[in-house]
Order: sequence, then structure tokens, then C-alpha cells
Amino acid sequence: MTLLSIRDLSVSIHGAPVLHRVSFDIEPGEVVGVVGESGSGKSMTALSVMRLLPRGAAATGQVLLDGEDLSARTEPGMCALRGDRLGMVFQEPMTALNPLRSIGAQVAEVIARHRPGVDADRLAAEALARAGLPAAQFPLTRHPHDLSGGQRQRVVIAMATALRPRLVIADEPTTALDVTTQARILDLLRGLAAEDGAGLMMITHDLAVVAGIADRVVIMKDGAVVETGETATLFRRMRHPYTRALFAASTHRPARHGRAPGAEVAALDAVVREHPLPRRSLWGARPSFRAVDRVSLAVRSGENVGLVGESGCGKSTLARALLALEPLQGGAVRIMGRDFAAPGAPVIRRDVQAVFQDPYGSFNPRWRVADLVAEPFHLMRPRPTPRDARRKVEEMLEAVGLSAGDATRFPHEFSGGQRQRIAIARALITAPKLVVLDEAVSALDVSVRARILDLLADLSDRLDVSYLFVSHDLHVVRAITDRVLVMQAGEIVEEGATETLFSDPRHPYTKALLAATPDLEAALIAREAAQTAPGA
Amino acid sequence: MRRLPLALWVGGALTLLFFGLAALSVVWTPFDVTKLIVSSRLKPPGAPYLFGTDHFGRDVFSMVMVGARTSIMVAVVAVAIGMTVGVPLGLWAAARRGGWLDEAIMRLNDLIFAFPSLLLAILITATFGPGAVNAIIAIGIFNIPVFARLTRAGALPLWTRDFVLAARVSGKGAGRISAEHILPNLSSLLIVQGTIQFSLAILAEAGLSYVGLGAQPPIPSWGRMLNEAQTMIYVAPWFAIFPGIAIVLTVLGLNLLGDGLRDLTDPKLRRAR
Repeated sequence: MTLLSIRDLSVSIHGAPVLHRVSFDIEPGEVVGVVGESGSGKSMTALSVMRLLPRGAAATGQVLLDGEDLSARTEPGMCALRGDRLGMVFQEPMTALNPLRSIGAQVAEVIARHRPGVDADRLAAEALARAGLPAAQFPLTRHPHDLSGGQRQRVVIAMATALRPRLVIADEPTTALDVTTQARILDLLRGLAAEDGAGLMMITHDLAVVAGIADRVVIMKDGAVVETGETATLFRRMRHPYTRALFAASTHRPARHGRAPGAEVAALDAVVREHPLPRRSLWGARPSFRAVDRVSLAVRSGENVGLVGESGCGKSTLARALLALEPLQGGAVRIMGRDFAAPGAPVIRRDVQAVFQDPYGSFNPRWRVADLVAEPFHLMRPRPTPRDARRKVEEMLEAVGLSAGDATRFPHEFSGGQRQRIAIARALITAPKLVVLDEAVSALDVSVRARILDLLADLSDRLDVSYLFVSHDLHVVRAITDRVLVMQAGEIVEEGATETLFSDPRHPYTKALLAATPDLEAALIAREAAQTAPGA
Repeated sequence: MRRLPLALWVGGALTLLFFGLAALSVVWTPFDVTKLIVSSRLKPPGAPYLFGTDHFGRDVFSMVMVGARTSIMVAVVAVAIGMTVGVPLGLWAAARRGGWLDEAIMRLNDLIFAFPSLLLAILITATFGPGAVNAIIAIGIFNIPVFARLTRAGALPLWTRDFVLAARVSGKGAGRISAEHILPNLSSLLIVQGTIQFSLAILAEAGLSYVGLGAQPPIPSWGRMLNEAQTMIYVAPWFAIFPGIAIVLTVLGLNLLGDGLRDLTDPKLRRAR
């Protein structure tokens, strides 16, 4: 019998439709990937199944779990279901756990709620062990702040699977995690679902992840299902144009015209950056954590350099050191051959600008676009006249694919991708030689990301600007850089031309990173091989 | 147009009423509050004395009007002192977060917080003599740490935002960033707190006047009216009741206005509604 059957589910919030006649099924033991960009309604679908929709939402249609229509249940009836037959794993393991309660207590809470009278602590220990946190190394009395992001996500998974639910819904469970951690968490989810014969609804924006884990895929766009089918078949046939567009965007590589590397633009020379730690004792030196350990690198004109590594490896700290935003404890930064360590060097500063990750936090919400983009003119000597500044801002807005008329609007009137274009315009307005892009496309949807990468590639060729591209996403770095540096624990462990390094990694860490990175094509080939193999 | 919250309506109306009475008292009051008419002393409320008269035959309604002026004047100047000193201190501390200057500013604030406000007011009055100006200074000093702390607490998360990083990449210094990026994003927070502090300042002024440390005769003041009325509370209860009601309604109105403004300016609450 079908485990979960969603029939003509429509949801509107305060009258605005967010889901339109969504229908799909999940069989016992099946992994179904729900894929879509932000606003496609994939999370709303999950929340509808759990009946956890925000206030003001109205749903029509049916959600059948083991043949029972959940919409007939009362709220207490749904409470009895959640955590017992329905488990949910959230995106952000940092906020999904109560920081004041031990991990054992949080898992035991779910068990005690649904199975009164059983030894909840023993079952909690079992559930945590199953999720890869054996009590010997991870006692139940540990608190979430003692654990890493991946370990916390294991606790969330233990909570969701403690009672061996019929259906587990995982909403972007690995988006906030590093690639090596992601690979292990995906294995764990798939393994637990298979062990219990449970269905797994895997919500993600990442086609490579879904190709690796899901048996069937549901593609959503603007609150409706556009295509659904068996994973390998769906991606090979791609009947719907949106599926093709999504596929093309995730494997997109912008066209680049090679430029001859020229003079050195920026260089770091044995840079050391230490963060002070809390005092251990009243006397003695304050201990410190070395985030960047004697790193040297150079960026020449005409080349784009990538800096990859997992969270906490020091790559963002290094980027900030290059931008002279933080004091150094050793070494030197040179921009265009001049020392940049001395504060208040506006003449040099205008040669190096930056684009940050969050398209929503990058702008003062009370400023208009014209003033935002013109902000770096503060560095120009002499300052451009207001008329000149305005003309340059309008030219730059057009260069990044917006219109001159956008100058009078406020940032909240733009989408995430458009805002990142504004951020790029701001970074390029002083005609810098180097732009530091710190996870500049990580927060964007794949189709938007593909267009922003095109824009960046085009601008670097046209304006002769070099990029230092800091990212955890190896695909993106491979698409836009000429040379890559791999960073681990504050040190550069490997460096080389992008294609060489990706095809022939030498350092074990680089190899591990590449192996853990989900690859759409490889996943599809493996899936097809498994299907044609005898006895599969 | 969106419906304004009820608190904002009621609070705004009460606040406007008292500001209006205070403004009117500058040009016109029903009776002259400095003229003593012994023949009409202790008249109960009724024509022509709306709120009755006191033991000197002065019209209580006129005294409440002029008293509103005193209260509002003291509160406006005191909150202004608190804001003009406290906000820059808070911005400065946030700009030097974690440094010794931050520590020094905030510990100085703690020191002021630790003093009972009445004690300091008595100290100032004992040194410079009683009067409205000294009450203003005493209340103003106690507003400084409130605004300094609030500004610093609001500014700290803003300093980690990407738009502040972008401003630093644009070569802007801490002072310019504080003025251009931090302060404008704190304005709604400060306006709301300003309203609340305004009501607290009116209460504080009434308290200081009551113990004789505020405005001196013949300037009417709500607190001193209460003081004078308390010996006659059984003979002329109206003399105590009306200034009391004036204090309650003004403070209530300002608090409601502050709450309403917060609901209106806080995007998180706006979405929940």
C-alpha cells in the first residue's frame, strides 16, 4: 500500500496561493527527492504533510498516510502522529536543538511523549547510537554546543527516527553542512530509511544530491509539480523545459576568454591572523587561536584565483585580511606592490573591493541604490562631482544587467539575484584591480547563480579585473577560476591550475573534498549501472 | 491603508491632549495661577472652577494646565540630555567593542545606574539649591546610561552586518559608519525608548517636586500640588485627585504611544499581526 499519497494539495496563505494541486506518492522504503528553487513550494509541501503551516494558511486536497486522510485529524491527533509516525529533519542544526537541554533529554522527550512507560533514556541512547553518536563517545548528558554542526544534525536525525517513523521528511538537511559532512549525513539518512523500511522525503535545491540519494524525483516550480519520475530516467529524458533549464544551470560553466596573466595585483606574504581566546588564568599570556597560519598567495592581473576549504578553515578570515579589515599578527599584504597593512590607505583600498555572501544583509535598508553603489567613491581623490557620480552609477548598473532607472529604488524592491548584481556594481565602481568574492553566489538559486557567474566571467574579461573567489562550492570554483588554492586548518595544503588540480588532486584532503562533492553525472551513471546490473 | 493599533490611537490622543493643554497655558488659562483670591478658597469642582480651587483660592484646572507645561519642559530637556550624551557614548562604545574604551564607558554607565536617582537629586539640590533646572539635570543624568546601553546593544549586531563590511571596504572610518549606517538603523528603537523615558521623566519630576526638590513656587507643578493637597485630602479631595489623574493619564498615554510605535516599527511583530 502507498505510504504517503498527496492528492491535489493546494495551499494559500492570506489568500495568496503558494501550492497549486500538488500530487505525488511515496512508497514504503522509497526515497523521493523534492527539488525546486526558492519559492517553488517544496518546504510548504513538507509543512502541509506535517500540518505545521504558518498562521493564515488554508489547505485543500488530501494527504493520505497509510490510506488515512490526515486532514480529518484534529490538532491533538496530529500531535500524536508527529515524532511517532512522521519524523522531520530541519535545515539548520544550530537552531533545531534547544541549547539548554542535553542531547539525551531532547531525544528521550520524543520517546516519552509517544511511548509512556518505556525506558526513554535507553531508547534515546539506542537512537543516538544508530545515528552515529554512540553513548561511549557521546554521553547523553552532552549539550548541543559541545557538538559540531554535523554531530548536531545527527542528534536531530536521532530525534526524527527514534520511534522508527513510517515517513521521514528531511528539509535541506545538509545545506548548512560541509561537503564531507554532507556525504556522511546523506549516507546515514538513506541507511536509516532503508533499515526501517520507511519512506524518505528529501527536499533539496541540489540536483547532484538528489541524483545520489533519491529513487524518484519530483520537480517543483512556482507551487506546482512540473515533472516527476524515476531519477535516472527523468534526468536522461527531461521532458519539461524547466527540468532542462534546472539541469543546464546546475552544470553551467560560463564562457571565458583566457587572458594572459600579467603583473602581480595582490599578494599575501606569510600572513598570520590570530583570534584571542578567553583567559585561562589571571596571570600568564592570553591563549589565542591561529586562524590563518603563515599563508602566502599572489593574484596576478588577468587571472581568477579560487580559495576553497570547509567552514572554519580560515578562508573568510584570509579574505578579510586581504581586505585589511582585520589586524594581522604577522606577515604583510601588498596591493599593486604597495603595503596595505597600514590603516587609512584609501588610495590603495580602491584597487581592492569585495562582494559578500548575503544579498539581503549587504545593503543598508534605508539607502537608495544610487547611494549604495556610489559608496566606494568615498575612496576617490578627488571625489567625483554628484553629476559624474550619478552618471557612473547608471553606467555600472547597466553593465551588471540592471537599468539606470533602478538607481532611485530601495534594495528591498529587488530579488536576491538582482541584489547581488547591485553588490557587484558597487564593487566595480572604483575600477578595482581585484575583487574578493566571499561566497558571493552561495545563497543564490542555481538558475540565478548561473547568470551571475556569466556576468562575473564577462566583467572580468571586459574590465580586466581579477577575482579572489572564496567558496566551499567546488563546482562554482571550477567554473570561474584559473588557479585554485585549497585551505585546511589555516594553511594552504595544495595549489595549482584549476583543471589540473580537479583532475589530479595530490593532497589527501583535496582528494577527500573532491570525493565527497556530489556529482550529478557520476551519480546518474552509477544509478544506471545499478539498474542494468543483473540481480539489481 | 493598514489599521493602526489601538494603543497608538489612545496613547497618541492622550499625549496630544496634554501637550495641547500645556501649549494653551502659555497664552491663556481660565484664571491667573499667581493671583491668590482668599474669598474663593477651597471651592469644590463646578462653575466657574472646573476642578475646584485650592487653599489660596487658585483655580486647580489652570494649575494642572501650567503644571503640564512644567512637566513636559522638564521631561523634554531631560530626555534630550540623555539622548545627546547617551547615544554618542553608546555608538562610540560599540565602535570600539571589546576594547578598553568600551569597557570604560559601560562601567561608568553601571556606576550611574548604581546610584539611587533620588539621592543624586538631593545631592544636586543640596549643592546648587532646588529648582526646575536642577531637577532637569538630575533626571537627565539618569537617562544617559539608558540610552548608552540601548544604543550599544542595538549597534553591536549591526556592526557584523555585511553592509557595514562593505562600508569599511569603501574606506569609511568608524565615526562615519556610525553616523551613516548604524544610527539611522537604530532610529525606531530610540524613538520608542525616548517615549518610554519621557513618561518616566514625568514621573521622576513629579516625585522630585513632591519632596520639594523640583520646580519652586509660584510655578505650579503636579508633584508639589499633590504635596500641598495631602494635608487637606479630607477637606478638598479634588485638589489631590486632579493632578493625580493628570499624572496617571499622561504616563499611561506615553507608555501606550511607545508600545504602539514599537509594534508599528518592529517588522517581526508586524508580520505576526
